[in-house]
Amino acid sequence: MDALTLARLQFGIVTVYHFFFVPLTLGLSVLLAIMETKYVTSGDESYKAMVKFWGKLFLINFAMGVATGIVQEFQFGMNWSQYSRFMGDIFGAPLAIEALLAFYMESTFLGVWIFGWDKISPRLHATVMWLVAIGSNLSALWILAANSFMQQPVGYALRNGRAEMTDFFAILTNGHLWVQWPHVFASAVTTAGFFVAGISAWHLLKGSPRADIFRRSFRWGTVYGLIGTAAVILVGHAQAQYMFKIQPMKMAAAEALWQTENPAGMSLFTIGNEKERRDVFAIRIPGALSFLAYNRFSGEVKGINNLQEEYVQKYGPGEYVPPVAISYWTFRIMVGAGFLMLLLGLLSLRASMKGTFEESPRLMRWMFWALFLPYIANSTGWIFTEMARQPWIVFGLQKVADGVSNTVGAGSVAFSLITFTLLYAILIVFDVKLLTKYAKAGITEAAEPAATGEMA
Amino acid sequence: MDLNTLWFILIGVLFTGFFFLEGFDYGVGMLLPFLGHDDRERRVIINTIGPVWDGNEVWMLTAGGALFAAFPHFYATLFSGAYLALTLMLLALIVRGVSFEFRSKDLSSRWRNGWDWAIFFGSLVPALLWGVAMSNLLHGLPVNAAMDYTGDFFDLLNPFSLAGGLAAVAVFSLHGATFLALKTAGEIRERSLAAAKKIWPVAVLMLIVYVILAATTTDFFTRMGYDPGVVPLAAVVALILVRYFLGNGKEGWAFVMTALSIVFSVITLFVGLFPRLLVSSLNPEWSLTIYNASSSQYTLKVMTIVALILVPFVLVYQAWAYWIFRKRLTVDSELEY
Ligand code: HDD
Ligand code: HEM
Ligand code: HEM
Repeated sequence: MDALTLARLQFGIVTVYHFFFVPLTLGLSVLLAIMETKYVTSGDESYKAMVKFWGKLFLINFAMGVATGIVQEFQFGMNWSQYSRFMGDIFGAPLAIEALLAFYMESTFLGVWIFGWDKISPRLHATVMWLVAIGSNLSALWILAANSFMQQPVGYALRNGRAEMTDFFAILTNGHLWVQWPHVFASAVTTAGFFVAGISAWHLLKGSPRADIFRRSFRWGTVYGLIGTAAVILVGHAQAQYMFKIQPMKMAAAEALWQTENPAGMSLFTIGNEKERRDVFAIRIPGALSFLAYNRFSGEVKGINNLQEEYVQKYGPGEYVPPVAISYWTFRIMVGAGFLMLLLGLLSLRASMKGTFEESPRLMRWMFWALFLPYIANSTGWIFTEMARQPWIVFGLQKVADGVSNTVGAGSVAFSLITFTLLYAILIVFDVKLLTKYAKAGITEAAEPAATGEMA
Repeated sequence: MDLNTLWFILIGVLFTGFFFLEGFDYGVGMLLPFLGHDDRERRVIINTIGPVWDGNEVWMLTAGGALFAAFPHFYATLFSGAYLALTLMLLALIVRGVSFEFRSKDLSSRWRNGWDWAIFFGSLVPALLWGVAMSNLLHGLPVNAAMDYTGDFFDLLNPFSLAGGLAAVAVFSLHGATFLALKTAGEIRERSLAAAKKIWPVAVLMLIVYVILAATTTDFFTRMGYDPGVVPLAAVVALILVRYFLGNGKEGWAFVMTALSIVFSVITLFVGLFPRLLVSSLNPEWSLTIYNASSSQYTLKVMTIVALILVPFVLVYQAWAYWIFRKRLTVDSELEY
């Protein structure tokens, strides 16, 4: 394999891996802050037990998010040096601001939160958790500002062979950012909601002690997850409509739409021939794609082949078609997971309100397994976003092949790819082992390390 | 002063803060297996940095981000050039990052021992490599006219940079030992003081070697003259005073002195570099400077405004966090984890 392929593989692996941990941090930090606020305002100790239990899982997850985030900060210079030269003005600034504004905040206040239970007042302690939550979510906003530029460049001028920033506010008010960040935030809320609901369902199923707390956690998780799911779907729809405008090729690939159609049909199931760019077998709902794009049953949706011709005229000869099968399936898996979660969430909410949830082991088991759905949707969502932008690294401005480091040999990249992947594989085993152990331990005295000789 | 110079200074400040703060974190990590004789003692040692290490590490991340924003060519050349070294450093930092959290999550002594050594290597490797990296900026690396690094891994290793790496390890260990003495009481404090006294001559020796090599293999003294001014002298004086205060059992002052010695050394290095960021060993004309490696003036302006607004807040709340955890820890303290 050449250095470019290896570098891409590496970026995909370490970044998707980083994003296994990110959404739970983003969503659960807010939920923990809400729980702790409830503890402070009600003075009810069971809320404190709830915060402690979910807080422990939060911290194990957070450690992995931090450790894998360090790689992110440096890998652009290592593997994508040409890109870094080209994009320094625009990528470096949000990254530095992310560190200054967000990383300092979340890491400093989290340290205080972990070690400060008996050092500061409960009210201040809860405030500190809010600061952690705000810090984390601000960090997402800034890194996504950088990513949004790569999807839709704004506020720049091409000078000295680089994209130089000309308007900082244009980068912050980038239309893409304001559909992407809400989508990511909502997906994080979904992730945390289903995580909490799923583990609570498991405990209710097993009849663990402190069922009162798990019953409450379940209800909170379900409501939180349901709000998240509804939001992620609504925003996702808006985002898809936006993408039809700014990256029609991405959406054409998502739908495996080879030729421009008006009105356009939406694919329910397609097996295509990517080389010849045609369908082998397809079921389409007439007019539905136009509806998705424009909220009415007519309107032209451009096809892959037509866009390819258009791009050749605009950007010169070359291949502008992203991997269609991957785009098509990742998009479908994400959307499918979303609707499945909506359904499960509604069922659970109804059962929980009627008080029949614990009489339905099947629903409880489903809700446990549903905790993996957001992870699947998050990963496929990013893979779709990034892969269906190919061949561009910065849309319309720089191709991936021109962004890779020109001085780093394939051997070096292979070395780092293999070592990072191995280390990550080992760490995920520990991480899952610890999460399972502490999730299973539940809220008994044994879960409080003080009682086991370890100090709390 | 132009914005390029201002950002050179700001990045110097970030690296100074990073080496000052992470310096004792790395030091504590390197001393952990030796100064903590049982599990409880090791927990005490880890908890001296527990609440703050991540906040301290962010100084490095911010320095990295600021380099990317202000001097993207430097970020690109150095990080792609020092590829394998950086890979090693990242592997070490990843392991270290999770070990503080994972260590306490299982009672078996094999598990805990394993993570203690992970903390040791996770602190040693970055300390060594940062010393090597900073020294190489001044020593010079094979960089061509297109700002591309043309050497390989072994070009990073030369007597000067290796001495720099070892000096960093020694000085950070000393810094960590004085920090531990300051933050603990009882036996661990005694042991830390004893360790500091043992490390001190090694640190002094490494620094002497480093200065001699700086004179013979870099242009530091030819550019600065043989009277480089008060800053490097202050670094030396501070280092000598460390021993004096250790002798008196005044670990607070000893810690201030190791801190000052680190701060003044980093400033010296940056003064020696200015206005260059990375010296080219192929041709001085090809060195990366604060002008040819920088972002646009507009970006620098935006970043200046942002930094001026945010940095004061960061300093205040980080100081607050240190204030909350100002009490000394002993094996009898209530410990989180
Ligand atoms: C601001 C920059 C940025 C951000 C925030 C992200 N990405 Fe990205 N992504 C890129 C910038 C980028 C890139 C530098 O543009 C890559 C590298 C190679 C490429 O093709 O595009 C890329 C590629 C890339 C690939 C491989 C695509 C391919 O090689 O064909 C995947 C799977 C992801 N990304 C996934 C993610 C995930 C899960 C992210 C969430 C944390 C993420 N990206 C955030
Ligand atoms: C590819 C670009 C990215 C880079 C360079 C990057 C960088 C980093 C770094 C350096 C850290 C560690 C901070 C610390 O020590 O506290 C981190 C953690 C974090 N990042 Fe990323 N990141 C990237 C992608 C993302 C994205 C897309 C998001 C959110 C949508 C995100 C959200 C977070 C959050 C919430 C944390 C806190 C730690 C945790 O997840 O548990 N990051 N990131
Ligand atoms: C019906 C539901 C959904 C629709 C229509 C939808 C739509 C989209 C679209 C169009 C993108 C690409 C945006 C771009 O290229 O910039 C995207 C990305 C993404 N989706 Fe979804 N989505 C849905 C459900 C979900 C769910 C349930 C989750 C997770 C819980 C999720 C997580 C993500 C993530 C993490 C990304 C990548 C970040 C981004 O670009 O926003 N999505 N989604």
